[in-house]
Amino acid sequence: MADKKIKLTKADRFNVMWHSQFLQGSWNYERMQNGGYVYSMIPALRKLYPNKKDLSAALQRHLVFFNTHPYLASPVIGVTLALEEDKANGVPVQDEAIQGVKVGMMGPLAGVGDPVFWYTVRPIVGALGASMAIQGNILGPILFFVIWNVIRLAFLWYTQEFGYRAGSAITKDVSGGLLQKVTRGASMMGMFVLGALIERWVIIKFTPVVSKTPIQKGGYINWDALPKGPRAIQQALIQWNKGNGLSLTKFKTTTLQDNLDSLIPGLAGLLLTFLCMWLLKKKVSPIWIIIGIFVIGVLFHVWHIL
Amino acid sequence: MNAIQMILVVLVAFLAGMEGILDEWQFHQPLVACTLIGLVTGHLDLGIILGGQLQMIALGWANIGAAVAPDAALASIASAIILVESGQGTKGVGTATGIAIPLAVAGLFLTMIVRTISTAIVHIMDADAKKASWRKINMWQWIDVCLQGLRIAVPAALLLAIPSTTVQHWLGLMPTWLAQGMSIGGAMVVAVGYAMVINMMASKEVWPFFAIGFALAAIKDLTLIALGAIGLSLALMYLALESKGGNGNGKGGSSSNDNSDTGDPLGDIIDDY
Repeated sequence: MADKKIKLTKADRFNVMWHSQFLQGSWNYERMQNGGYVYSMIPALRKLYPNKKDLSAALQRHLVFFNTHPYLASPVIGVTLALEEDKANGVPVQDEAIQGVKVGMMGPLAGVGDPVFWYTVRPIVGALGASMAIQGNILGPILFFVIWNVIRLAFLWYTQEFGYRAGSAITKDVSGGLLQKVTRGASMMGMFVLGALIERWVIIKFTPVVSKTPIQKGGYINWDALPKGPRAIQQALIQWNKGNGLSLTKFKTTTLQDNLDSLIPGLAGLLLTFLCMWLLKKKVSPIWIIIGIFVIGVLFHVWHIL
Repeated sequence: MNAIQMILVVLVAFLAGMEGILDEWQFHQPLVACTLIGLVTGHLDLGIILGGQLQMIALGWANIGAAVAPDAALASIASAIILVESGQGTKGVGTATGIAIPLAVAGLFLTMIVRTISTAIVHIMDADAKKASWRKINMWQWIDVCLQGLRIAVPAALLLAIPSTTVQHWLGLMPTWLAQGMSIGGAMVVAVGYAMVINMMASKEVWPFFAIGFALAAIKDLTLIALGAIGLSLALMYLALESKGGNGNGKGGSSSNDNSDTGDPLGDIIDDY
């Protein structure tokens, strides 16, 4: 086979990338993503090994244990594509070398993918979309879907190409500087946005009234002095001025929430988040925490605290 | 709901089930799944609002390694169907959010069943690989993906089989204080997702970013996009300044998956508590 070279074209590589989207489809407890991995490689392997015996060996070679972040599998697939291409063209690439590359890369890459994609990009893009959707804005889900998939498909394709071109040289790079930097940068931005999200979206409103003080005359709308009919409504609204003008009643009521807000807005949400973090670290299942919060929400509402 | 709508609902459920495990196109995320259910049933606005509400809760749910997060797919699809059938409009969103949580746990169980079946299928793939029959491997991969789809499509079809009057009757039995309380709980429960994410990412060097983000968010004029831009710029500036620093003591990155020594002062305090 050494005389005629079999090259993987761009179309072949794209086909592999497309297949790799089903990497987790046959996720199983024994060898995890192995079925998906061989499924991704099949378009290339078919072309590289026309001989049935070689193809069989190649298929079995890629049915071994594999598990990483589904998107970060792309650079690994790229590298193995390069290695398999060499092997098919007569370069003595040992099976162990191919396995070594896969195993060597999957661990560190999973460590990058989880914080970057699941803990930074998805919470940020998801929160952006959700904050619009809560108001009934269709742009929320559309933005989420488009932004996420553009990022994802670009990532799958370019990292697979990068792996393919770099070949086995990439393994040195994996534990090195750049990926670590990306991960750290993502964590910083992620934490910044999390701080903002907690302030905005963990909504706790304490309803108990702390004080009820009478307002001086002239500080509230004198309802008896208003003209009759619809004009009264107009007058009252002008005087009220969306809450910036006169008060609607003779008393100024201050709830517990008003006091908390003048101290630190969002403090209750922040404390609740810290409590959840502590419970999670104590290995309390998130499901129980969620159920607990619902129970508390109902109980406190019945007791007129929330 | 007419027959065509029901078929479309089951199709959306199938798509969400597939994605719940593939985690690529994100059809299983509440924001997308609920919106699609709303779209095909003619209650688009309801679907969007419920999707946004559930997405906030599910932000921190992620499949990591062998662990599967609470199942967003079943939670979004089933609660969206219930919300549409209840006919309560936006008032029912809080209740639907509450119903979604136990469903997310039930979905987890269904995933475990499918993954166990997959273990058997992989052995069939082994045998096919020996015979070099790649077509059969492809076929089994597809069967597996379809099983994941059915995992959500079947419960969705069962839910549709319950007449909407029955659903309305059940929900009608729920007193107002309970529904309102669940809405309040739904607004607070968002914190759990954030806490999960923070526990994964927190390290000594990123806490200041958290504090700045929290403080700036109180300025309501800043949109989420503006806040994102500020966060990104701060991170880029930090990294740029660090690499310029004379004796740059380049630390080996954040220890995101390392629980023993997190370099996370607040986390350590919480641990010791």
